[in-house]
Amino acid sequence: MKLFALIYLLTIGGLTMVLFQEKTKKESIEAGQEIYQDFCVQCHLNSGEGVSGVFPALKASDYLMNNVEKSVAGIKYGLRGKITVNDEIYDGIMVSQGLDNEEIADVMNYILNEWGNSYTEQITTEQVNKIPKNLVD
Amino acid sequence: MKNKSSLSILMFLVLHLSCAQDNPPFIETPTEINYTYETIVDGIDIPWGLDFISENDLLVTEKSGILYRVVDGQKTPVTGIPEIYIRGQGGLLDIALHPDFNSNSIIYMTLSSSIEGDEKGGNTALYSAQLKENKLENAQLLYKATPNTKKGQHWGSRIVFDQDGHLFFSIGDRGNRDVNPQDITRDGGKIYRLNLDGSIPKDNPFVDTNNSKKAIYSYGHRNPQGMVMNPKTGEVWEHEHGPQGGDEINIIKSGVNFGWPTITYGINYSGTQITDKTALPDMAQPFYYWVPSIAPSGMAFSSSGVYKDWEGDLFVGSLKFEYLERLVIKQNKVIQREKVLDKIGRVREVVESPEGYLYLGVEGKGVLKIVPNQ
Repeated sequence: MKLFALIYLLTIGGLTMVLFQEKTKKESIEAGQEIYQDFCVQCHLNSGEGVSGVFPALKASDYLMNNVEKSVAGIKYGLRGKITVNDEIYDGIMVSQGLDNEEIADVMNYILNEWGNSYTEQITTEQVNKIPKNLVD
Repeated sequence: MKNKSSLSILMFLVLHLSCAQDNPPFIETPTEINYTYETIVDGIDIPWGLDFISENDLLVTEKSGILYRVVDGQKTPVTGIPEIYIRGQGGLLDIALHPDFNSNSIIYMTLSSSIEGDEKGGNTALYSAQLKENKLENAQLLYKATPNTKKGQHWGSRIVFDQDGHLFFSIGDRGNRDVNPQDITRDGGKIYRLNLDGSIPKDNPFVDTNNSKKAIYSYGHRNPQGMVMNPKTGEVWEHEHGPQGGDEINIIKSGVNFGWPTITYGINYSGTQITDKTALPDMAQPFYYWVPSIAPSGMAFSSSGVYKDWEGDLFVGSLKFEYLERLVIKQNKVIQREKVLDKIGRVREVVESPEGYLYLGVEGKGVLKIVPNQ
């Protein structure tokens, strides 16, 4: 009986892992690149450098690297009001792009690891699911 | 002396080379400004489209899916709008009153929609509805582009009317430039022409072509977000976002191929080339093209005498440089370009009001009116 329970649990666990598998970090970054080219590049540009004073940089951006959860919230719910990025003040609006949470995780992994940016942990869909709106209110 | 002249030659060369890529006439900042602006309504993130019921009663779309009726500066959301698919550049887009709105209360709007089709995502749709106070009734789908796609870019879309009972609207290439714009059996990258009831005019250019989308009027467009009827000529003028360095103004004609992406003056955002061709015999040249790109949105002619020296000029919003651009046109040529309200914000929409004033939709601000100084 014990053995049965063990096999049962292992099977369910294994199935869960297979069915709800998160992408590897590398796969997520690749998917994120496509999302970036579709939804972000018009303002933040191919180089991630943005436009000084209008669209904040993502490349070597202190705001992005120090406010990862808030950045996720910004993509998820939209971001408005004053923020300071690399000593420059931005007071624009980034509206929600209608991305689903998996797409948000992918594009975050891309921008956190592109143009010389580097972030050890992987942003998961589960993490994005849990990011609350009040982070950007 | 020799040093001085070589220095001036060098200076000349440097100046010349730095402008060599720009398409003239170069943008100017006016020295004399005899106008200001007032805010008609604020608190609208992206005022995408607007039209006038009367001078003090207007309809304004907010891209996120709200239609406002603004009476004497007070905004009220209109209920009964069709379901909208918010994705990337898509959302609730343009709004236009039927030419006989006063008798039939009909409005038209373009929006991103995920209805119809098995594919995930959405495409641009045109609806009509009747406006009763602050409520839309009898909403009717007049056109829905296919297939749905999860791409976020290039939905268009503007709505205008000609003087012969036609409605024109635009749809961008939907992020599928190598497939859509040059294929008249597919939607996307087109200007469409319908009768006011949504039916297809019998003299549309491709009605007799096999498998064609019968509503197509012109093709080879990238992402048209400005369109207006020239009040002097009755022609439909359009502008569209090009790739980097390829924004265009076109005068729309039946059945004409405007070239995207086979010919363009622009390059990819990444800096790589799209095509080495800027012209081909069977494709129309733009009336004007912007290098550098200004990211144009909204388009209006000033036909009134309200502003000093502006009568007949063309006005285009610049999302990228955050000003309204005034284009002076003489003998079918842009002869002067000037910044109006420099640094005002991302100008999304420009419309001439019934009394001849220019109203702007500015992102993060709302609706502004340009007021001439007394």
